[in-house]
Amino acid sequence: MVSLLDIIGPVMVGPSSSHTAGACRLGLLARCLVGGTPEKATIELHGSFARTGEGHGTDKAIVAGLMGFRPDDERIRTALEIMEREGLAYNFEKTTLGDDIHPNTVRISMERGDRHAQMTGASLGAGRVLVSDIDGYPVEVTGSLNTIVLVAEDVKGSIARIAGLLADNNINIATLRLTRKERGGDAFMVIEVDDQPGENVRDAIRSLDWVRWAFRLDKVSA
Amino acid sequence: MYRNLAEAIRDAEARGVPLSTVALELEAKDQGRTVESIRDALRRALVIMREAVARGLVGDLYSSSGLVGGDAAKMVNGPPGPLAGTMFRDVLARALAVQEVNAAMGVIVAAPTAGGAGVLPAVLTGIAASRGIDDERVIDALACAGLIGAVVAERASLSGAEGGCQAETGAAAGMAAGAAVEMLGGTPTQVGHATALAQQGTLGLVCDPLGGLVELPCVFRNATGAAIAMAAIEMAMAGVTFAIPVDEVIDTMGEIGRNMDVRYRETAGGGLAATPTGRRLAKERLYELKRSPG
Repeated sequence: MVSLLDIIGPVMVGPSSSHTAGACRLGLLARCLVGGTPEKATIELHGSFARTGEGHGTDKAIVAGLMGFRPDDERIRTALEIMEREGLAYNFEKTTLGDDIHPNTVRISMERGDRHAQMTGASLGAGRVLVSDIDGYPVEVTGSLNTIVLVAEDVKGSIARIAGLLADNNINIATLRLTRKERGGDAFMVIEVDDQPGENVRDAIRSLDWVRWAFRLDKVSA
Repeated sequence: MYRNLAEAIRDAEARGVPLSTVALELEAKDQGRTVESIRDALRRALVIMREAVARGLVGDLYSSSGLVGGDAAKMVNGPPGPLAGTMFRDVLARALAVQEVNAAMGVIVAAPTAGGAGVLPAVLTGIAASRGIDDERVIDALACAGLIGAVVAERASLSGAEGGCQAETGAAAGMAAGAAVEMLGGTPTQVGHATALAQQGTLGLVCDPLGGLVELPCVFRNATGAAIAMAAIEMAMAGVTFAIPVDEVIDTMGEIGRNMDVRYRETAGGGLAATPTGRRLAKERLYELKRSPG
């Protein structure tokens, strides 16, 4: 669903809403999967991101997002210098992810401490983004709502337990999607919520012994 | 948000309210927010838009490649043409100004995109300044523009990489034309015709920036996009109608975009980007860009 404030906005550093602001938002979502600024990252640019990214500051914007800067942060201009100063090891590669892949797509593989994660997402225009894959699981995360992602053992009643936990914390579920790679394999849950879940909610989910990991993707659009 | 303008226009006409009213109410419901909080966000957008206009008119900003800059100031200080001293000339200057700020990695409001960010502020703030229209009405006009843009996003595209420049400065012209007609007291039906008239004038417009940079011709396309919006506003306010319904014009833009060769969709593979001079300038400038970090 398109929001009016997606169209009149975002307030952003130029020059391109898809190649700069959207790219920054994808970086912001990606960093949530490792719980903060990654120490290492491989950033694979596909299509128009690969061909015209440099002149649009796509590289600067993704790096800025990974470091937690938002699209209207004027530090985007000097993000690559800040990255070097902070000793972050990010490298860029140009790639082709497939013919039917959106032209503005990036795949980011990250490390922070003992956390590894990989995210693929596209910038759809006007700053809107869509994350299509997390660690090999197909997802649809737009970043327009706060989102909880978790991987759990495929146990009965897991959805009810998570839903109950969110309800106890007065958090309303907007959408919930459950996928798994095979029967009895790990279940991957993407839950978009209307409210702002606190660290305590994430920690409560993590403390369930059948949950392997859980992260909160904070919303990135108005 | 609405998926077609016909339904929004019908709802607004039935209640005797402007399109911005039905758009703001639906947005509030969709997002679980109050109308006032959405208007506050639009009020902030208007402040940033005016700051970008003012910043760009100073005339000291150049894009990172040096390909564009300084032209907005020429529209203020340069020799007169047939439009000297008119609101029209001021609107053109404002469109160039915002887009020069954008090309220089300054702060703008993407409306609907950064590449088309000059059109809407130029048309709305230019007309408002000349006619003494108060900010609350400009904010409502921004809501009306948001509605039009949301419908374009649903039915067609707002991305040059997907639909060419018709999806960026073209969509911006449609949004600006419709919004300005509401701001000037036109009916919702007139808003629809203004949007259709502007959008039809940009159908087929390719996205062919030199070196893939949002600089040239983007800065100038914002000025000519604003001019097309002004033409559409003048016609719609005079009672001119467009026979093809606005939603179908938007669908046409989407269809043309989907069939547009990839060379004309922000890849710098065709159009002005592929001219001998376009290629030479891009090569020189990109080489310099790589040598000078930041």
